[in-house]
Amino acid sequence: MFDTIALVIQRAVVQGIPLLYGSTGEILTEKSGNLNLGIPGIMYVGGVSGVIGAFFYERSTETPSSFLLVLIPLLTSLFGSGIMALIYSFLTITLRANQNVTGLTLTIFGTGFGNFFGGSMANLFGEGGSLALTETSLAFQTSFPFADRLGSIGTIFFSYGFMAYMAIIVALIAAFVLKKTRVGLQLRAVGENPATADAAGINVTRYKYVATVVGGMIAGLGGLYFIMDYTSGVWTNGGFGDRGWLAIALVIFALWKPNVSVLGSILFGGLYIVYLFIPGLERSTQELFKMLPYVVTILVLIIVSMRKKREYQPPEHLGLSYFREER
Amino acid sequence: MANRAEKKREPLFHIVKRDTIPFWQSILIRVAAVALALVVCAVVVVLFTDLNPLEVYTTMISGSFGSMRKFWATLQNTAILLCISLAVTPAFKMKFWNIGAEGQVMMGCLGTAACMILIGDKVPSAVLMLIMVVVSILCGMLWGVIPAIFKAYWNTNETLFTLMMNYVAIQLVSFFCTVWENPKGSANIGVINMSSHAGWFPYLFGQQYLLNILIVLVLTIGLYIYLKYNKHGYEISVVGESQNTARYVGMNVKKIIIRTMALSGAICGIAGLLIVAGTNHTMTTSSAGGQGFTAIMVSWLAKFNPLVMILVSFFLVFLDRGAGEIATAFRLNESMADILTGIILFFIIGCEFFVNYQIVFTKRRKEAR
Amino acid sequence: MSKTAALELKKVSKRFGSVVANHQVDLTVYQGEILSVLGENGSGKTTLMNMIAGIYYPDDGQIFVDGKEAVIRSPKDAFDYKIGMIHQHFKLVDVFTATENIVLGLREEKGFDLKKSAARIREISEKYGFEIDPDKKIYQMSVSEKQTVEIIKVLYRGADILILDEPTAVLTPQETQKLFAVLRRMRDDGKAIIIITHKLHEVLALSDRVSVLRKGESIGTVITAETNEAQLTEMMVGKKISLNIDRSEPKNLTDRLVVRNINCSSRDGVKLLDNVTFTARSGEILGIAGIAGSGQRELLESIAGLQHVDSGEILYYDPKTGAEENLRDKTPLQIREMGVRLSFVPEDRLGMGLVGNMDIAENMMLRSYRRGKSIFLEKKQPRTLAEEIIKQLEVVTPSVNTPVRRLSGGNVQKVLVGREISSSPSVLMAAYPVRGLDINSSYLIYKLLNEQKENGVAVIFVGEDLDVLLELCDRILVIGAGRVTGIVDARTATKEEIGLLMTKTEGGEAHG
Repeated sequence: MFDTIALVIQRAVVQGIPLLYGSTGEILTEKSGNLNLGIPGIMYVGGVSGVIGAFFYERSTETPSSFLLVLIPLLTSLFGSGIMALIYSFLTITLRANQNVTGLTLTIFGTGFGNFFGGSMANLFGEGGSLALTETSLAFQTSFPFADRLGSIGTIFFSYGFMAYMAIIVALIAAFVLKKTRVGLQLRAVGENPATADAAGINVTRYKYVATVVGGMIAGLGGLYFIMDYTSGVWTNGGFGDRGWLAIALVIFALWKPNVSVLGSILFGGLYIVYLFIPGLERSTQELFKMLPYVVTILVLIIVSMRKKREYQPPEHLGLSYFREER
Repeated sequence: MANRAEKKREPLFHIVKRDTIPFWQSILIRVAAVALALVVCAVVVVLFTDLNPLEVYTTMISGSFGSMRKFWATLQNTAILLCISLAVTPAFKMKFWNIGAEGQVMMGCLGTAACMILIGDKVPSAVLMLIMVVVSILCGMLWGVIPAIFKAYWNTNETLFTLMMNYVAIQLVSFFCTVWENPKGSANIGVINMSSHAGWFPYLFGQQYLLNILIVLVLTIGLYIYLKYNKHGYEISVVGESQNTARYVGMNVKKIIIRTMALSGAICGIAGLLIVAGTNHTMTTSSAGGQGFTAIMVSWLAKFNPLVMILVSFFLVFLDRGAGEIATAFRLNESMADILTGIILFFIIGCEFFVNYQIVFTKRRKEAR
Repeated sequence: MSKTAALELKKVSKRFGSVVANHQVDLTVYQGEILSVLGENGSGKTTLMNMIAGIYYPDDGQIFVDGKEAVIRSPKDAFDYKIGMIHQHFKLVDVFTATENIVLGLREEKGFDLKKSAARIREISEKYGFEIDPDKKIYQMSVSEKQTVEIIKVLYRGADILILDEPTAVLTPQETQKLFAVLRRMRDDGKAIIIITHKLHEVLALSDRVSVLRKGESIGTVITAETNEAQLTEMMVGKKISLNIDRSEPKNLTDRLVVRNINCSSRDGVKLLDNVTFTARSGEILGIAGIAGSGQRELLESIAGLQHVDSGEILYYDPKTGAEENLRDKTPLQIREMGVRLSFVPEDRLGMGLVGNMDIAENMMLRSYRRGKSIFLEKKQPRTLAEEIIKQLEVVTPSVNTPVRRLSGGNVQKVLVGREISSSPSVLMAAYPVRGLDINSSYLIYKLLNEQKENGVAVIFVGEDLDVLLELCDRILVIGAGRVTGIVDARTATKEEIGLLMTKTEGGEAHG
């Protein structure tokens, strides 16, 4: 019994980690007033950029070092998703384009980019066949060696690859920065009321750029975790599914607080897979269970809007571009 | 204090919002953006294939117009995309960011498929057709109205709400795909009413897609008139510009929001009908195929003008099919199309800046001071 | 004694599209003085100050700080020059506390410690006698508390040059006196202070020198001790004018609108209107005076059906039949359908009265589009009306098809008032109808209101300038903190009397 619970939690965490990265990134972005609906695309690109890095490194050497096996995909992933976020920032901040339209385009582009390179990488540059980055994936999946010996406790707490722990640490750091530091205060001011932030001498443009790009890079790591750890380095087109949107849902669920989204991501992960653990479900009913995370998010959205508590609302200027000389 | 002044330089330029822009100039900017985008696309394609850039375009054109069959398919795809774009437009004009068209279309598909499967062989075909139309519209409408009610009464964020509704709809479809699966265990519906063709749209003049195209054409003209000359259309514009003004002149803003989203959802429902009954004769979780999102782009790029949307949706379909052709010809992955579409959209989105704003370079004052 | 100019502007110009907001303006302020920048609404005062504060960047001209040329591209640059501005519309983040707002944008070397900052804020508050809770969120604050936060923000930064944009508009006289005391103390401290205003008595009471702007140009600078109201008025408006509004004797006075004991409160339960009772009669102009935000807007919106009323009644008497109708809690549409011809010129012209992005004809349609049974819009008639209004009220516009957003303030108002009058109302309510308008447009509006009165319309006029209220209206209702503090005869009342009533609170006692 206890083993089953431990297993459920472990599966929930594994499902939740990509969402946690995505939502942490999106929270930072939204706190600057940018509603980046390109996050799903960015996560695809984050994943596939890591794949590209790993692919070339694995091919270039006979004896790969596990340090580089981790570092190279990590860097290429950050680079890829950073570029994506930069495109979004340039269009919405500098060129003041509509955020929804830009974000959705980014998602179309990013998903296409991911599936194109993920799916035809081997065809384009290699020997053909499908792509499996076994060595890289093993490096990413390395967990604490003593996890097995601790039974259920080990399963719940120590059975994950390093990126899972990193996700939680990144989320907690983001929460700390937003809540306790000057930079966080100023970032929140930019998202709430850019005219005020501007008048206070804050460089609104720079804050928006940095928050959006850093946010995009963090979100991209979710894609990397998914491909390297969750699917063991095997790319399937469209395999990432709707997790990007789920990450955006998680932002709402967590009321724009990264520390809440740590727990929220595990809950979402649990909701995502709960059907596997309920005995006697029809295959069709399982599909109904899969809508749980979305239904829960809608409920949160409704309850929050009915309660009208100011602290629980989205950043006031979310989705709007800022032009100082607007009259 | 002393060297503070020296540190600051004058900005080289600053940005001013344009008052007006001559029509030809705004067209010129957009055409230039598209041209530039096509060049970039060609470069990308050339990088992955051995085509020379000119061939890229001819391959793309042949992908859309290479044969009668391709030509009709292009028109058909345009009609569907156009239909969904029409659907989101009234809501957008009202500044209601309905990004739930995908889900609303799926619901339309579901309604249509349900009618075809459940009562397909029980009622005469004319009655069946009528029921299908009504049910698909109601299904789409339901999905549009739910977020609208919450927006109207509690100002619940509609962008996020409609986004979530998409996935609820997709899971619902997925549920029914398994319930109605054929053959057992496939989790797929397969072609509905394969032998009886019950609920299938009739061929017009021997063309399978002509009816779809005509329906969408009528919708386009209807919506154009509705938005421009109808009183509801006027109310939508006023609510979109300023809810305060709307309230001040006695408009019932809540009612208008809900009514407009009902319309939006209803047209999405029709799109679902066209997809299932008029095109695929089946339903899968990807029946809407992301067009609910592409439609947002179409509507926005066309500045919410239904007539311009014909051109924009045609252009995007042309790109999509063209890129698909390149992908097949070179055994590349069909996601190539998404990349090219993305690039072109980036350019068009970006160029709007130059339509709306002007860059003014600071006049250099006398150097000797 | 030659003082250093703390701040000097030379030939500064700024244009917005085709509108010239400032043309070659010169301005100098010294350390240890209070300079008033005086000008009518729309004379370019705020634009000019925004350029000093880095909100706008000048098209042309130079700014010198302490004798050195300064380039102020952003508010941050302005802070570096120790320039601080207190905007008329507060620049505060609603969900932040006072402390968080005050330290926003600062780079203190001691590091980020909100507790320490709060302590310093308490220190400053004590020194100047402000009452403020540093941990209170802005959205829970009253208007004057918000202004206090704004002022502390500038003091906290130790600004040497302070700009205050119409700081007294939202304050009670007592708060104004307190503010002036603080400003004088800062002046004696050696700071340069610029205060923007259009209230002459404040200029005379507070400042050392006065610079006058008119239509975006600097007219001149005088020493306060050597000038008087008449001279300043003349500089401000160009020619020596006495406010001479033709006021006819009211005729055929009949009760048209009786408001009885209405109460309403905001979402947070704050009383906005407290037992308000009055009568508006046809054939007269009823003025409403009060400090901004005392319930004027809520009062008019309650009558227009835009504000929920908790209790009381709003009775309307039909001019033809004399039938009594209760308008309370009716929607604007219901009120129309009852046959009540109620016109309303709201305070927020482009945000409520008109749609900025629509053209003049489409804006005419706002009131008339429902007419007729057809499901289609009737476009010809609104267009004719638009053309008539353009002609009769001399609206300056490129064409009927120009979006009203692009018109100047005066022309926007003409379009709005023209539309509201065109429906031949029996009640006409106008909130601050001349705010931001030049003298000529203002007089045109006064004339139109008078014509309506002579036609037997019950006119309700909410104004801010007591001189205008006294010359235009027949009776003046004074409102303070949501309650009626008095109704006076405009022909016999004095400004002082009204001023006293404006600040009167419960128990009938006036402050000060």
